[in-house]
Amino acid sequence: MQNALQKLNKYKYPYLFIAPTLIILFLFSFIPIFIAIFISFTNMNLSGLADFSNIKFNGFDNFVRLFSDATFQKSMFNTLIFVVIGVPSVVIISMAIAILINQGTSWIFKSFRVIYYMPSITNIVAVAVIWGYLYNSQYGLINQMLGFIGIDPVSWLQDPVIAKFSLIIMAVWKAIGLNMIIFLAALQGIPRTYYEAAQIDGASRWAQLTKITVPLLSFATFFVSITTLIGWIQFFEEPLVMTKGGPINSTMSMALFIYNTGFQRNNFGYAAAGSIVLFAIIILVTMIQFKVRKKDSDVEY
Amino acid sequence: MDIQVKPMYKTVIIALLLIGSIAMCIPFVWMILASFKPESEVVALTPKFWPQQATIENYVRLFTEMRFATYLWNTLVIVFFSFIGLFLNAAAGYAFAKFEFPGRNVLYYLVLGTMMIPSQVTMIPVYLLLNQMNLTNTMAGIVLPGMVNAFGIFLFRQFMTTIPADLIEAARLDGASELRTFFQLVIPIAKPIFAVQGILTFIGGWNSFLWPLIIANDENLYTLSVGLSLLKGQYGGDFAIQMAGASFMVVPIVILFIFMQRHIIEGYTISGMK
Repeated sequence: MQNALQKLNKYKYPYLFIAPTLIILFLFSFIPIFIAIFISFTNMNLSGLADFSNIKFNGFDNFVRLFSDATFQKSMFNTLIFVVIGVPSVVIISMAIAILINQGTSWIFKSFRVIYYMPSITNIVAVAVIWGYLYNSQYGLINQMLGFIGIDPVSWLQDPVIAKFSLIIMAVWKAIGLNMIIFLAALQGIPRTYYEAAQIDGASRWAQLTKITVPLLSFATFFVSITTLIGWIQFFEEPLVMTKGGPINSTMSMALFIYNTGFQRNNFGYAAAGSIVLFAIIILVTMIQFKVRKKDSDVEY
Repeated sequence: MDIQVKPMYKTVIIALLLIGSIAMCIPFVWMILASFKPESEVVALTPKFWPQQATIENYVRLFTEMRFATYLWNTLVIVFFSFIGLFLNAAAGYAFAKFEFPGRNVLYYLVLGTMMIPSQVTMIPVYLLLNQMNLTNTMAGIVLPGMVNAFGIFLFRQFMTTIPADLIEAARLDGASELRTFFQLVIPIAKPIFAVQGILTFIGGWNSFLWPLIIANDENLYTLSVGLSLLKGQYGGDFAIQMAGASFMVVPIVILFIFMQRHIIEGYTISGMK
């Protein structure tokens, strides 16, 4: 006991420095996971919140119910669509823009860097409000411009199929900047000598791009793909503010389903079960990505 | 790095990027222009690009019909507390970088592990915890859960490992206390990383939306973004006031960003994405 106290005194300062952050992180990050797992096996709701004796343990019921819940199935399908279209779009577009911006150093290229990054720092609610106006089928700028070239108005947010794509376009617009910066940082690490050697050998610009630049970016590509993938599996705030999951649940994502079940219908146990399923999917997909990633060259940026 | 590019290529590249940047900017430009248009122009079926009768009426309505002054104040309070969180992150990063103590590695990996946890999993339990602590519908409940974050601790640790140990040792030999060493030696040296993290913290605090939405039932505690989503619900068809509200949120951040962008963008390079 005394020994432990002595030890504590000796390491007083480092513990003092880390204590506030660790307490907050453990309280609001680690402990909640165990609570989530626990309540996912219960019928916790508002009455359980008022009085703990109302909470009943019901085994795997929530999970069984989830997979036969039409809305949850729909949300899983929608999330899959968001991921399958959103992730490649973000990765390819942000890499292409980074490569283009990396071709110059003058002020105009520096300005492009700022402009493309700008949507990334703006607030999601403001973005949803602005795009809601752009997408408006009567007064929206997009339909006005389409009308200008003779295309009939599109109901961007009212049509169940189109609404999914409207949200994806908006989210891609917002996500490009940050990922472009990551690619740019990687591009700046590639030594010029590779390109000089290739030019001496007479390689075309296209060959330099596909044989040098893109393969050497594989680490950045991996990093961007994995963070983007995790982000799109949790796709949430855009449909929450923009469409509330509608029309007829066509933009309901898994994360929005969890939020609605938990905080609109106060069905905490059921929502927690949904969140555990989401977490399991994220872990699984991340593990698969790490497995699939094969290192084909020793150098990468 | 400038790879020799033929002028013709360069012109094509600039043209391509220019088209793209117009697409990136249009939503913002349209928002600002619409915020100065009277309602009749905003819903005109053939809209003019510039406001014909420019007005600040939409902005005035934010403060008279809505309570944007309260929302602004709450948002600034959140920003203030997230700056305290920033110092806590820095202190933890410093300890993980420059001290030897039992459990250091295990604790550091646990901290990094929290980055893997999706917010949807912790959302409900944290709400229940705060409810148990009687902190729902309080500023403390809004601020506490997001005050520190693993990525911040990671970036500070990365930077602070580069501070020479001799320098810290010298301060200790001169009789400076550990706290004084941290505040008067370490923080000034770590200015570049504080600049980056400071801007990102400001932007994060200013934009905070989901957690205030969940925890605050009382309009006195709403932030700007919660207020803006309320506005979207209440004034669904009134795009002029919506655009004024959105501009009020976005323009300050864009101005701050344009002045500080060099720090942010270089910050990603400093922190070394690898």
